[in-house]
Amino acid sequence: MTIEVRNVCKSFKDVDAVRNVNLRVESGEAVALLGPNGAGKTTLVEMIEGVQTPDSGDIQILGKNWQKDEHFLRKEIGLALQETRFQDRLTVEETLGMFASFYNLCHERTNEVLEIIQLESKRSTWVVQLSGGQRQRLALGIAILPSPKILILDEPTTGLDPNARRDLWKILEDFKSSGSTLILTTHYMEEAEFLCERIVMMNQGEILAEGSLKQLLDKFGEGDLIEYEIKGNFSTQEVKALPGVLTSRWNTETAQGRLTVNSISETLPHFLDLIKISAVTLKSLECRRRTLDDLFLAMSGRHLDD
Amino acid sequence: MIKVLPQLIITQFKLFFREPGVVFWSFGFPVLMAWVLGIAFANKGESLRIIALVPSQFQAATDFPEWLYEKTGNSEAQAQTDSSLFWKIQNRAGKQAHFRFRMMTMDQAVLALKRGQITLWIEIKPDSGMIYRFDPQNSESRLTYLLLDAAFQKPEALEQKTEVLPITAVGSRFIDFLVPGLMAMSIMNACLWGIGWNLVELRIKKLLRRMVATPLNKSIFLLSHLLNRMMLAAAELLFLYVFVYFYFDITIQGSLVALLLVFVSGHTAFSGIAILISSRVQNTQSGNGLINAVSMPMMIFSGIFFSYHNFPDWVIPYVEVFPLTLLANSLRGIITEGIGLAEVIGPATSLFGIGAVCFALGLKLYRWH
Repeated sequence: MTIEVRNVCKSFKDVDAVRNVNLRVESGEAVALLGPNGAGKTTLVEMIEGVQTPDSGDIQILGKNWQKDEHFLRKEIGLALQETRFQDRLTVEETLGMFASFYNLCHERTNEVLEIIQLESKRSTWVVQLSGGQRQRLALGIAILPSPKILILDEPTTGLDPNARRDLWKILEDFKSSGSTLILTTHYMEEAEFLCERIVMMNQGEILAEGSLKQLLDKFGEGDLIEYEIKGNFSTQEVKALPGVLTSRWNTETAQGRLTVNSISETLPHFLDLIKISAVTLKSLECRRRTLDDLFLAMSGRHLDD
Repeated sequence: MIKVLPQLIITQFKLFFREPGVVFWSFGFPVLMAWVLGIAFANKGESLRIIALVPSQFQAATDFPEWLYEKTGNSEAQAQTDSSLFWKIQNRAGKQAHFRFRMMTMDQAVLALKRGQITLWIEIKPDSGMIYRFDPQNSESRLTYLLLDAAFQKPEALEQKTEVLPITAVGSRFIDFLVPGLMAMSIMNACLWGIGWNLVELRIKKLLRRMVATPLNKSIFLLSHLLNRMMLAAAELLFLYVFVYFYFDITIQGSLVALLLVFVSGHTAFSGIAILISSRVQNTQSGNGLINAVSMPMMIFSGIFFSYHNFPDWVIPYVEVFPLTLLANSLRGIITEGIGLAEVIGPATSLFGIGAVCFALGLKLYRWH
């Protein structure tokens, strides 16, 4: 086992940021901590990174702990913190070179990393002149400089456009293939789905659920969704009686409804027939599979991007 | 392998020289200050003193030369206009007392004094007596009064026995007093802003916590800042010295070894203070305020621009233990008085001590994350 977190708690003034969390991460595993802002993801990973100290509980990494083996662990863990701003007037290469010196690495390694993060053409560019995506790639490059056994990334793609996000995902996919362990925090469910085999859903300092995407959906979220908005008087009782409907929700104020169904293909034709005979106007219709956000909403009453 | 200490020092050099503003304030500003203040005070002996004359029996300025001759035996006053008269005394000796008298009413004189246009005014009484009116706290007014009173009361003594010569000998000019003070101030600023402020900025950017989340040795990290700033401060002082050497003929009279010792001890003291200042600060305003709170009193009280002996006696023992006072006095002693190693051992030890205590305390309190 690579990481074991046992009964860890952490508070800041009146806020319990992490409440009695237990987490195990196996070697080579990719784990996403998924949750909205304030869920406790950053505090938890910063305790794993040795940047913060738990109030209580125990964290073992590669069989060692921060109190006794800080120097060893610093060499084995690569990390990207949230909101780090590198020196504006250093070039990309100089920034990597400075961090390489902290790990006693050679210039060849900085060149390798420049290639991995696809910033070779920007090696002589000052950090201040980089785009948001390029800066995040630089932060990732610094994290992977020492070829760490464990890579911990705190919201690595927050604020990036979809293209920049995909570029970063590609680099991380390649990194994963080296067999290293990856932990990342995110509030993007697509990122968690794409990069990680295991997803840990957090809210208000606690772990709500964990497992693979399929396990989570199977365990906590039955059925697909039909969401609709109509104009006119509509009998929700008749909707509930349609074939394959598991649950039905209706909001009178917004005239919006949501059906949870066994199968969209089974229920949708009957639903459209009902609309036709009810003489109401269908303003919008969306049929989709359940997502982690739906699950999270059902469990916590909050959306992931709250 | 990339060696961490040289790498950090080189990185800090690059960051320094890539900020033109910082380079100017470090190198250009002390030179500019030495030049401006050196020139300003070198010419002070020839300044013109403007005096208001509030008459009772005279109706026009043209009457005044005759009255002046009666009073002083001096006939060199030149009437320039109906209301203005130029007069210089001691013209053979020092050329330092030039007066311009202007006829004014009492109200005009009061207003001119408030505006700083005159240093004093003289009311001429009908019985030929005079009343000097000025602010006794203003040293310039007092000096003007003394010069005028001497000229009016004892003209023969002034002309025959007294001679005033301007002081121009190297080592005793204002610029000789100023330059060591500026050097001490440069060392202080190099440390407080160059080390203290930079560390606060690294913390605000959250780069400090990122850097120490690596195997980087924290002492090496702080040492790199100290060494980098020591090299830069040495370059700044050399730059200033080359300027004053060629422009003001200032040379170092004392021991170079003593100078080196004082420089290193002063730098150590202010580096320690900088690390202590930066140990807990988490935002720009607090950092700025704290550095100013430490540096401003020392700049005012430590005798950088003017002697601290003008302050009340009870203040002086406290002022003399300020690190900037210790540093400035030692540099002044070496550069202008020619003192040697033995005389600076005491202040240098104190400076090393201040540095060590502040460094240890700063490290204990330091907020790395």
